Amino acid sequence: MKRASCWQWRLVAAIAAKEWRDRLRNRWVLAVAVVFGAFALLIAYFGGAQSGVVGLRSAAATVASLTSLAIYLVPLIALLLGFDAVVGERERGVLDLLLSQPITRAELLIGKYLGLAAALSMATLVGFGAALVPLAPSMDGAALVIYLRFVGSALMLGLAFLSLAVLVSTVARDRTRATGAAIALWFGFVLVFDLSLLGVLVASAGSHASTWAPYALLLNPADVFRVINVFGADALRSSFGLGTLMAQGWNAPATLYSVLLAWIAAPLGVALWRFR
Amino acid sequence: MSTGASGLNAAVVEIKGVVKRYGATSVVRGIGFSCREGEMVGLAGHNGAGKSTLFKMMLGIIAADEGDILLFGEPVRGSRFREVRRAIGYLPEHVALYDNLSGLETLRFFARLKSADPSRCKSLLERVGLGEAMHRAVREYSKGMRQRLGFAQALLGEPRLLLLDEPTNGLDPEAIHGFYNVLQQLRNDGTTIILSSHLLAEIQSRVDRLVIMASGKLVAEGTVTALATASGLPARLAVTPREGARDRVRGALLAAGFLPQDTPDGLVQAAVTLSQRMTLLRVLAALSDELLEYTLTEPTLEDVFLRHQRGSTWVERAA
Repeated sequence: MKRASCWQWRLVAAIAAKEWRDRLRNRWVLAVAVVFGAFALLIAYFGGAQSGVVGLRSAAATVASLTSLAIYLVPLIALLLGFDAVVGERERGVLDLLLSQPITRAELLIGKYLGLAAALSMATLVGFGAALVPLAPSMDGAALVIYLRFVGSALMLGLAFLSLAVLVSTVARDRTRATGAAIALWFGFVLVFDLSLLGVLVASAGSHASTWAPYALLLNPADVFRVINVFGADALRSSFGLGTLMAQGWNAPATLYSVLLAWIAAPLGVALWRFR
Repeated sequence: MSTGASGLNAAVVEIKGVVKRYGATSVVRGIGFSCREGEMVGLAGHNGAGKSTLFKMMLGIIAADEGDILLFGEPVRGSRFREVRRAIGYLPEHVALYDNLSGLETLRFFARLKSADPSRCKSLLERVGLGEAMHRAVREYSKGMRQRLGFAQALLGEPRLLLLDEPTNGLDPEAIHGFYNVLQQLRNDGTTIILSSHLLAEIQSRVDRLVIMASGKLVAEGTVTALATASGLPARLAVTPREGARDRVRGALLAAGFLPQDTPDGLVQAAVTLSQRMTLLRVLAALSDELLEYTLTEPTLEDVFLRHQRGSTWVERAA
């Protein structure tokens, strides 16, 4: 009896493998990897064009430019990848057939998440990893760390937004609503949140800059990603608006990565609860 | 897996007072019936009668608000229901599969989920007539081929209970014949089968028993013959009189208490209730020299179904 009701990773793997294979087969992984790789190389080479310099720049400068790009691109791609994971299956009529199998809802959802996460991770690692090839000869150890930190945190950012997308997918009644919710989330986290925060700070003449404002950034995984990468390079700290407002000590890497992990786990947990 | 009461004809399905509501609307209202091992039961009802909802509750996909459903003696959604699901094959009303997979890949995927032997997928596809199309993408399949693939999926793992929701949707007559042949073999091997269908003439001679639902309620249950008898529907007599004998035939039927009617094609028809059967025999014997031929048609399942759908709220259980 115990065996019958316990968690079965074999079934999770079957679902995950199918999701992963689907994304490979429809060339989603390849397309996203090419997009990431191409943007990374373009930014690495032409990122300094505004200041009249063309060519490969320092890893820190490249990462700073890539961070600005990834903040828009990675959440969008993750949301597009996951927003119909459940609601799409429901609308197509496959969900009932899946749920009639000897698999629990939690196993199904986790399987889907892991399969999609694998596809997103592969695309992120291959895409941004490809940019390392031309950059590597001019990098020292510290520069490599900065770049790898960017790739790792971009991966975590993607997984966090994939979690949010899967949550949307379990809550939405149909694909149309899920699409709307995913777009709203992207706007909310990537554009509206920062603008609102800046607006509040400007309106209050910066009086909250060292009190709750730094901590409010933790409520947005995109900002956490930005802080990880921008604050990783001392020289860049002063060149980003919100970055100059930070209180000392609150941005320890362990804290920031933990927050990103929480942003991965919490929406997925809510999705599991919602889908049970 | 427990099989509940052991032995032949053990109750495989027990449904007791099941209710399902969506908001203020009750879509299933106190349904209750049971099925024995090796029985083939037809589930009939108008669109929206609650048949598909009942199937989903039996599979644990949606929860019943009231009542109990036991399959093989185990409560649906209970801790051991995962094991029970391995013994169930389900074909949904609208078969939706993955367009990007081939037929064989689709079946292997579901075989993994069901812990069924993947090496049997090819023979299953051949059994449902998809042997030559097994490597083609499902997106290239016709509706009938998708239905057959869905059926093959339902047969994975040699299920002991088959729940088939409108299983012959999109199948051509030859495929329907083959489909029921497979069902008959499974039934003979002890598989319990519950199938819903709008094609009542198709299932009339094939099911052991019929459950009729209307507006979420069970309105009748029993064998087709018993339901016809209990519903009080008359059989229909059609006689072909010899030339010049029409009036004598009509007169004899009228005198015996029947209400004969002429048809445009020269027949004389009359309704025959159960209590009039012996009288009819005597009349037909007396008219043997006046008739070319006669037929007595029993009420069809469609007649029975329509009788029960006409706003009936009574529950009748025919033995």
